[in-house]
Amino acid sequence: MKALIALEDGTLFEGESFTGPGEIAGELVFNTAMSGYQEVLTDPSYKGQIVTMTYPLIGNYGVNPEDMESTAIQVEAFLVKEYNAIPSNFRATGTLADFLKDGGKLGVQGIDTRALTRHIRQAGAMKCVVSTQDLDPHSLVAKAKAWQGLVGHDMVKAVSCREAYGWDGQAPRNGTNFTTAAPGDYRVVAIDCGLKYNQLRLLAARGCKVQVVPATATAEEILAMHPDGIFLTNGPGDPAGVPYVVETVQRLLGKQPIFGICLGHQILGLAFGGKTFKLKFGHRGSNQPVKDLTTGRIEITSQNHGFCVDMDSLNQDEVELTHVNINDNSVEGMRHKKWPIFSVQYHPEHAPGPHDAEYLFDRFVEMMKKAVGCSGLGV
Amino acid sequence: MPKRTDIKKILIIGSGPIIISQACEFDYSGTQAVKALKEEGYEVVLINSNPATIMTDPELADRTYIEPITPEMVAKIIAKERPDALLPTLGGQTGLNTAIKVAELGVLEQFGVELLGANIDVIRKAEGREEFRDAMHKIGLKVPQSTIVHTIAEARAAVAEIGFPIIVRPSFTLGGTGGGVAYNSHELEELATVGLDLSLNSEVMLEKSLLGWKEYELEVMRDKNDNVVIICSIENMDAMGVHTGDSITVAPAQTLTDREYQAMRDASIAIMREIGVETGGSNVQFAVNPADGELMVIEMNPRVSRSSALASKATGFPIAKIAAKLAVGYTLDEIRNDITRETYASFEPSIDYCVVKIPRWTFEKFPEADDFLTTSMKSVGETMAIGRTFKEAFQKGMRSLEIGCMGFGGDPKYNLEEMDDIDLKAGLGRPSSQRVFQLYEASRRGMSVAEIYQITAIDPWFLNHLRELVATEASIKERGFAGLDRDFLYKVKQQGFADRQLAFLTRTSEEDIRELRDNTGVKAVYKLVDTCAAEFEAYTPYFYSTYEVEDESRVSDRRKVMILGSGPNRIGQGIEFDYCCVHASFALKELGIESIMVNSNPETVSTDYDTSDKLYFEPLTREDVLNIIEKEKPEGVIVQFGGQTPLNLAVPLANAGVPILGTSPDSIDRAEDRKRFQQLLQKLGLKQPANGTAMAGDEALRIAAEIGYPVVVRPSYVLGGRAMRIIYNANDLKNYMAKVFTVSAEHPVLIDKFLKDAVEVDVDAICDGEITVLGGIMEHIEEAGIHSGDSACVLPPHHLLPAMLEEIRLATEAMALELKVKGLMNVQYAIKDNILYILEVNPRASRTVPFVSKATGVPLAKLATKVMMGHKLVDLGFSKQVIPKHHAVKEAVFPFNRFDNVDTLLGPEMKSTGEVMGIDDSFGLAFAKSQFAAGQPIPSGGTVLISVRHPDKPAIVPVAAKLIQLGFNIMATHGTATVLAENNITCTTINKVSEGRPHLVDKIRDHQIQWIINTSMGTRTTEDSYIIRRSALDYHLPYTTTVAGAIAMVEAMAAIRERPLEVKPVQDYY
Repeated sequence: MKALIALEDGTLFEGESFTGPGEIAGELVFNTAMSGYQEVLTDPSYKGQIVTMTYPLIGNYGVNPEDMESTAIQVEAFLVKEYNAIPSNFRATGTLADFLKDGGKLGVQGIDTRALTRHIRQAGAMKCVVSTQDLDPHSLVAKAKAWQGLVGHDMVKAVSCREAYGWDGQAPRNGTNFTTAAPGDYRVVAIDCGLKYNQLRLLAARGCKVQVVPATATAEEILAMHPDGIFLTNGPGDPAGVPYVVETVQRLLGKQPIFGICLGHQILGLAFGGKTFKLKFGHRGSNQPVKDLTTGRIEITSQNHGFCVDMDSLNQDEVELTHVNINDNSVEGMRHKKWPIFSVQYHPEHAPGPHDAEYLFDRFVEMMKKAVGCSGLGV
Repeated sequence: MPKRTDIKKILIIGSGPIIISQACEFDYSGTQAVKALKEEGYEVVLINSNPATIMTDPELADRTYIEPITPEMVAKIIAKERPDALLPTLGGQTGLNTAIKVAELGVLEQFGVELLGANIDVIRKAEGREEFRDAMHKIGLKVPQSTIVHTIAEARAAVAEIGFPIIVRPSFTLGGTGGGVAYNSHELEELATVGLDLSLNSEVMLEKSLLGWKEYELEVMRDKNDNVVIICSIENMDAMGVHTGDSITVAPAQTLTDREYQAMRDASIAIMREIGVETGGSNVQFAVNPADGELMVIEMNPRVSRSSALASKATGFPIAKIAAKLAVGYTLDEIRNDITRETYASFEPSIDYCVVKIPRWTFEKFPEADDFLTTSMKSVGETMAIGRTFKEAFQKGMRSLEIGCMGFGGDPKYNLEEMDDIDLKAGLGRPSSQRVFQLYEASRRGMSVAEIYQITAIDPWFLNHLRELVATEASIKERGFAGLDRDFLYKVKQQGFADRQLAFLTRTSEEDIRELRDNTGVKAVYKLVDTCAAEFEAYTPYFYSTYEVEDESRVSDRRKVMILGSGPNRIGQGIEFDYCCVHASFALKELGIESIMVNSNPETVSTDYDTSDKLYFEPLTREDVLNIIEKEKPEGVIVQFGGQTPLNLAVPLANAGVPILGTSPDSIDRAEDRKRFQQLLQKLGLKQPANGTAMAGDEALRIAAEIGYPVVVRPSYVLGGRAMRIIYNANDLKNYMAKVFTVSAEHPVLIDKFLKDAVEVDVDAICDGEITVLGGIMEHIEEAGIHSGDSACVLPPHHLLPAMLEEIRLATEAMALELKVKGLMNVQYAIKDNILYILEVNPRASRTVPFVSKATGVPLAKLATKVMMGHKLVDLGFSKQVIPKHHAVKEAVFPFNRFDNVDTLLGPEMKSTGEVMGIDDSFGLAFAKSQFAAGQPIPSGGTVLISVRHPDKPAIVPVAAKLIQLGFNIMATHGTATVLAENNITCTTINKVSEGRPHLVDKIRDHQIQWIINTSMGTRTTEDSYIIRRSALDYHLPYTTTVAGAIAMVEAMAAIRERPLEVKPVQDYY
C-alpha cells in the first residue's frame, strides 16, 4: 500500500505501508541507534513524533515482552528503509508489523531515510503528515502545516499515568503511597511525565522502593508520602508546556534529593529559574559522547531530546554544569550547588543504548543515603 | 592531555610478507600509524621485510629498514637507532610475536625501550589460552569449556572430559594456523601433534566445540583515561566452526536486540579493562547460542587486526590512525573526527547502510587441497560491499569477488542444477568456498529456510534474504524484458541485481538493460560513508552506490582522473598492484589533478579515505565503473596499475567511449594477441620461443608436435600463470586441453617451446613515447619454468654479462616504442645459450614494480602516472636507468602450510601469496636476508639432506663440496649419494621412504636434518620426493627445490660466515 510523507516545507517522500492504512500527523525526527527499535517505539518521549530510523534494516529481531519501555507504542508513525518481515531471535514473540498494527500505528518502508535525515539535519525537525489515504501532495502538506506542533504544548498529559502505581519489581501495580511497590531501602517518588520502565527497573535494582505518581500530583501530595528521594522522569514535548510540573518541582526544591532525566532535567532548569530552547533537530540515538566534568570521563549515552536547558539563563552561583556533549558542547547535566539535586539531559537508563551512565542512579542512591535520617534538608 | 613529550623516536614493526591471514590490512594500519606519528612530530623507525608496502616507501618513515622481521634483526635496529618506544600492535601477529621475543631477549630493558599500547603482560594475558580463560572467569564471563595441554597424552585425557567434536587451538599463532575441529581420536592426535609443534610455547588448547552457534565480533578502542568505545559490530553469516576470516560477515550485527548487543558491549569493555590493553584497538570475538542467547567469549586480539581494517572501512573510523595517536598519550576526546571535522573520536560510529564482506579463496591453485573451511583460515583475500540493504550489499559483494559471477544467481556460471539433492545437502553441511552457490541452488529448488538452517546453522535472517533474492530472480525471469517496467526495475536494482544478471535472465544484453535504465531513469545514486548516519555534515568523500532518491556525490569542476584498483587479493594479484594504484593517486595529487579511486578491497591503503581525493567503494565491473564515470566524467581512466582486473575492463570501457590513459587498449591487445605480437617481434628482429595458439585440442597437439616437447601451455589473458603447465608429452597435453576448455572457452590456449635450463630475466621500464628508461633488470634465481612471481630474483643481475644487459636494454626500448607505450611496461626474457628470447610483454604495471622501486629508490609508478598525464621523462628527471651498487633480492612466500596434501614444488603456475626483499652490499648477504625474511632461516651447521633428480646430479656436486667446506655433513639418497661418492664427497646414505626404515622422514622427525635440497621432475612424479618436501614443510625445515636455489643458498651461507648480517635503512642505500 502506497504511503506519502509530506513535510510542512513541502518536501515529499514516498513509501509503502507495511501495516495497512492510516494517516497521522507529528513532528518528524530521526534516531541513529542501530538497535533497539522496540524500546524507541515504546518510549513515551516520542509522543507526538514520527520517527525514522537511520539504520536501514528494521524488524530483524521482531518484538518481545521484555523490551517494552511503557505499556504501548508511543511514536505516531514509524518510517524505515526496509522492513524485515521475518524476525530471527530467540526472544522474539511477534513481528514488528503486527506489533505496530495492534498498536494502531503506521509503519512505512521503502523510504530514502538517509535523504530524509539529511533534510531534517539541514532544515530542522518539522511538522509532517504520513498517509496512505490521502495521497494528494497539496492536501497533505497543508495538513502538516495545520498540525499544532509540539512547541508550547502539553504532551505530558497524554502519556503520564492516570493513576498512581508502585513498581512491583517487574511491572506497574496500581496503588498509592508505596503500597504496591516492591520493598526497598529508599522511598523514591517518581513524577511520571512519560517515564521509561527501565528507570524503575534500575532504581529497584539499587534497593529503591518506587512509587509513581501522575505528573499532576502536587508537592504536598508527594511530600506526604515521605519520600527519601524524588525522581523526575523523561517525557515528550516542550517543558514550557507543563508549567504545573515546574511549579510542583519548585516547591520540592531543597526538600529531598532530586534526580531528573531528560524532560525532568529541563523542568528542573525551569524550576531553577532558567530557560529552555528548542534544538534544530535534537539528539536521538545511542552514540552521543558526554563528558562528566567532575571526573573527566567520557560516557557514550543514549539520547532523545529536542529541547535543551540554556545554561546562561541560570544563576551560576546556584547551579553548575556537570556534563557536556562533546559533539556540540550542549548542556548534558547540571547540579545544584547547595541542595542534593542533579539532572542529566540524556538517558542513563539507556534502553536502548550503552550502559555507561548507569552510575548516575548510584549517585542518586548515594545522595539519598546521605540525606536519610535527617528530616528533610532543613530548608 | 596533550601527547607525550618524553618520547621522541618510535619503532614500528610491520607484518612482513603477505600470507594467508596477514595481508595488506597491516600495510593499511602501518601506513596510517606512521603517518599519524609523523604528523605529531615523532621520529619514526620502521621495520618491514615486504617491499610491496606503502609503509616502506622511503619518504614515509624517517628510517625504513627493509630487513627480516626476526627478533635478532629488531634487536640490531634497536641497538643502532635507540628508539624510546616500540609500538607492537599494528603489525599483526608477526609484530606482536616479534615484540614479545625481543622483550624476552632483554633488549627492551637493556636499551630502555617502552612498549606502547600493550605491554608484555597484557599480550600474554590476551594470547595465552590459560591466562585468558582465567581472566574471563574473573570478570564473570563464560568461555567454552577447555583445557590446555602440552602433550598428546594430556590431550587424550582432556577429550574424555570435554567430548567430541573438539576444537584444537594452538597458542600464539595467527589465522588459526594448526587449528581445527577433531571429530575422533585419530583426528585429535593429528591436529594436536601439529598444533603443539606450531605453537610458540608448545601449548594447545582443546575447547568444547560451539559448532552452530552464532559468531560476532566487536572492535573496541580504549584510551589512557579508560574511555572505551565500540567502533563496529560484525555478525558472521557462517556459524561457529568456520574461521571468521573465511566467513561471510556483515556489519553491523543484524539479529541482536539492543539488550543482547549491549550485553556484548559491556563484556567487550570489561575484557578490555581486565586484559589491560592500555591504549588502542582490540577485537573481541563472541559466540551466541541461537536457542537461548547464552554468550561466550571466544578470543580477543590486543592489537589492530584484519577485522579492524574491515571495521575502519565499514564505518569510516580510522582505527589504526587513532590507535597510534592514543598510544602517544592523546585521549579519544582530543582527536578530531576527520570525516565530520566537528566531532571527536570519542563516539561510536552509527552506520546507515549494510556492509558485507566475502572472502576470496584460491583452491583452484591447489587442486590437491580439500576445499573445506574450518577454524584455520584459508582465504587469500576479501572483498567488501556497501549497500542500503543486505540484499544489495550481498550481491555487490558477490560480483566484487571477480570470479565470474555477477551476484547471487542470475548467472550461467556456478550453475549447480545438475547436482543431486544428496550431494547438495552434503555440500551445505560441509562449509566450503562453493557453499554460497549451493545455498543459491538449495533455495532455488525450494528447500525451506528451516531445512537449510538445520543443515548449515546459518541464521534464518540471512537465509530469508537469500530466499527473497531467489524469488525476485524468478519473477524477473517470468516477466522477461518486456516486464521490466520502471518500478520493477527500480526494485530489483535496489536488491543489487546487476545489469548482466538481468540481461541473462531476460535473454538480452547488458547494453539493452543499461539503455532501458537510461530511458526509465533508473540510475545509481551515491551515498556518503560518514561515521554518523548523516547526523553531521561529512567532508570526506567516501561513496558507495545504491538506488534511491537522493544523490550525494559532489562532482567538482577540477581536472580529474579515475584509477581502477585491483579488487580482492588473490594469488597473482595482490598488494603490489594496490601499491601502484596508491602511487598513481599520489602522483595525481602532486600534479594538482583530482584523483578518484575505485576499489572493493577493504584491506588496502587505496581504500583509505585520505589516499585519494575521492573514494568509490564499488565492485570493479563494467556496469559499476561506467555508472561512476557517467557521474564524475573524468578526463581519463588509469587501468594499467591494478593488475588484470582493470585491464580486462579497458576494452569494454574504451568501447563505451571512456578515455583510457596511457598505453592504448590497442597496444595492450597487440602485446597480448599472439599473432599481432609475433608480427611485432619479427618487425623488430627479436626472437621468441617457437610457439603457437590453439583453439582446440587437435590443434594443440599438432602445434606441440611441430614445436617439440616440452612445451609451456596456458590460456591467454590470465594473470599469475593460472592453469599454466609445462607439458612433456602428447597424452598430458590432451588431458590438459580437455580440462582448460571447461574453464575458459572464450580464450585460446597458448603453446610455447619450453626453454629448459634457461635463465629468466624480468624488466620493468617506463616509456613516454619518446624515450624508454629501464627501471631495473632482475635475474631470476631459479631456472626457467617457475613462474616469475614464485621465483626469487636479484637486482642488479649477478651473472649476466654487460653485452647481454645492453641487448636487453635495446630490445626493451625497441618494443616500448613500437607498442607506443605510455607508462609502465614489463618484459620477461629467457636467455639460453647466450640467445635472448622474449617470453612476454605486458604494457602495464607488473608485480615487480614496488620491488624495483625499493631496490633502486626510483618511484616508478609515480613517474609512470606523470608520463601518462603527458609529462616527459627528461623533465621528470628520470632519463637514465639507476643501477645500484648494492644488491636486492626478492623472495616469494608460499601458503603451503595452510593446505594439506599440497606439494611445495614450484612450477609455471604462481602459488605464492607474498614477497620479501633482502638488501645488502653483496648478493650473498642480500639473498641470506631474503631467506630469513621469508621464514626460511639459513642453518649455520649440521646435516644437509640431498636428494635430486638425475639431470641435476652433476650440478649438485659443487654445492655439496662447498657445504662440506662450510662444515656441514651430507646425507643423501642412494642415487645422489652414488654420484657424490664418485666425486669424492663424503656422505651418509639414507633410505627414501619407499625403501624401508629408517628412512629420511625418520631423520627429519628426529631433527637430525637442518636443510633439505630436493629436486623433482615436473609435477608430483614420485610419491617419495613429495613426502620429503611435505615433511620439510611440516617440520619447519628450510628446503630448496631447485639447484639454482641451492647454489644461491650456499653462497649466502658463505657470505654470512664472513660477515654477520647487519641492518641499514633503505634511505642510506639510495
